[in-house]
Amino acid sequence: MRSWAMIETLSISGGYDKNGQFESVGDVQIRRGEIVGVVGPTGSGKSSLIADIEQLAQGDTPTRRTVFVNGRTPSREERTNPKKKIVAQLSQNMNFLANMTVGNFLRLHAKCRHVDKESTCEVIELANGLTGEPICEDDELTILSGGQSRALMVADVAIISDSPIVLVDEIENAGIKKHDALKLLAGFGKIVLVVTHDPVLALMAERRIIMRFGGMVKIVQTTKGEKLVSQNLKRIDEWMLTLREQVRQGELIEEVPDLVSALAEKTA
Amino acid sequence: MKLVIVAGTPGSGKTSILVHAVRLLKERGASVSIVKIDCLATDDDERYSRLAIPTLVGLAKDVCPDHFTVYNMEEIIQWARDNGAELLVVETAGLCHRCAPYTTGCLGVCVIDATCGPNTPLKVGPLLSTANIIVITKGDVISQAEREIFRERLLEMNPQAELVNANGLSGQGAAELVARFHDSPDVQVDSERLRHTAPLSICTLCAGETRVAREHHRGILRRIDGFQTYAGE
Ligand SMILES: Nc1nc2c(ncn2[C@@H]2O[C@H](COP(=O)(O)OP(=O)(O)OP(=O)(O)O)[C@@H](O)[C@H]2O)c(=O)[nH]1
Ligand SMILES: [Mg+2]
Repeated sequence: MRSWAMIETLSISGGYDKNGQFESVGDVQIRRGEIVGVVGPTGSGKSSLIADIEQLAQGDTPTRRTVFVNGRTPSREERTNPKKKIVAQLSQNMNFLANMTVGNFLRLHAKCRHVDKESTCEVIELANGLTGEPICEDDELTILSGGQSRALMVADVAIISDSPIVLVDEIENAGIKKHDALKLLAGFGKIVLVVTHDPVLALMAERRIIMRFGGMVKIVQTTKGEKLVSQNLKRIDEWMLTLREQVRQGELIEEVPDLVSALAEKTA
Repeated sequence: MKLVIVAGTPGSGKTSILVHAVRLLKERGASVSIVKIDCLATDDDERYSRLAIPTLVGLAKDVCPDHFTVYNMEEIIQWARDNGAELLVVETAGLCHRCAPYTTGCLGVCVIDATCGPNTPLKVGPLLSTANIIVITKGDVISQAEREIFRERLLEMNPQAELVNANGLSGQGAAELVARFHDSPDVQVDSERLRHTAPLSICTLCAGETRVAREHHRGILRRIDGFQTYAGE
């Protein structure tokens, strides 16, 4: 059913920062199945880096970076033919605007991508695993909550768009299980780049690219200790999500779950 | 001199993407002149004049802006030639979706806003279906799925078109668009023709009738049931 061959390597090189200087990290290679974080202050060039990859830049964007896929220059066809687009994108700013039910929308998308219509059930099921409020096939797309929309977008990108490269631009305030969402996106050997300042996501990545003044200045390898922190953050994040649901349902919240006391003991 | 005609509904992002495109062209040393044709008012000339290139505005007022563009084309081209332009860009705001301003020898660029919903491409008509390039803006605020559905719908309406995903805010896609500007032949006023014939507009309303009741209308009248009649001598 997979409509794309997976990509072995994605490389980015030859860029300049906002001062017109070569970026300190002149060349990055990302391998199949890898999650890479992109971090840095506002205006440091995170979104430009993502845009360069989205366009498979060939020295023709403001940063003058060049992007290679499997070590070679992508053809004009690969860069411009929408049917050959190998990159899917997901961001906090994205909304569903179509006046359709969830089911009809997913079927229409499946048809565009020549994917089996049955996969729409799979998308809804996966989305419901990521959000506290279940989505139904007959719900109108435009009334979905932020969390439901984000969960559906993640599941749709994972199953129907199914591109070998996925670019995620800040999904931190989404009201979804971020850890699981990222895992799902990275499934099947995809390459995932995630722009974030959320430690839950940043520490899940194997590496993170540090951005400054429009350039890539450093690459930090996630340490063993950080991976441990990441596991704990995942639990806290899931706890937050259940609290959210409890608040929504009008329940009282008075219990402190074990994970927090355990963490408190550890740091004491 | 090459002619690029950029059309699209008001607010679709034509000027935003053109500002980025012109910047790139200027960096490469190209001399560009730009014309904005609008209906009633525009402040695009202000935005373009910040780029320090020759800018001209035409307001069509109470006539169709696409018709206005066409019967002023010779003058516009002469003005750009006098500026020594290698490239003339004309931005127009298409409105009624029945006309399209593209001429045979121009590069026809339709700018369409992805947030206007997946059924809009079916309604835009010749503005979209006779363009060489379709620039899709505002994809940054809709989901990947909706973008893909939108693209598919555009290709249904115009299978030959080249699609450019653009972002008027960041300038994404401007380089891809500019790369196509060289592809069209040099413009020849004498042999230029409209790609799409203008629709019938020969009823009494076109001539200033304001009364609503049926008895006052003459000319070629299409009834709501699709039946077309001719009323008059
Ligand atoms: N989010 C987003 N906003 C955009 C994009 N492109 C343009 N805009 C915004 O859309 C609005 C209209 O853009 P313009 O470039 O003025 O549109 P236009 O087609 O030239 O409009 P008229 O000349 O009045 O017909 C502006 O507020 C832009 O900032 C885009 O890709 N994404
Ligand atoms: Mg404009």
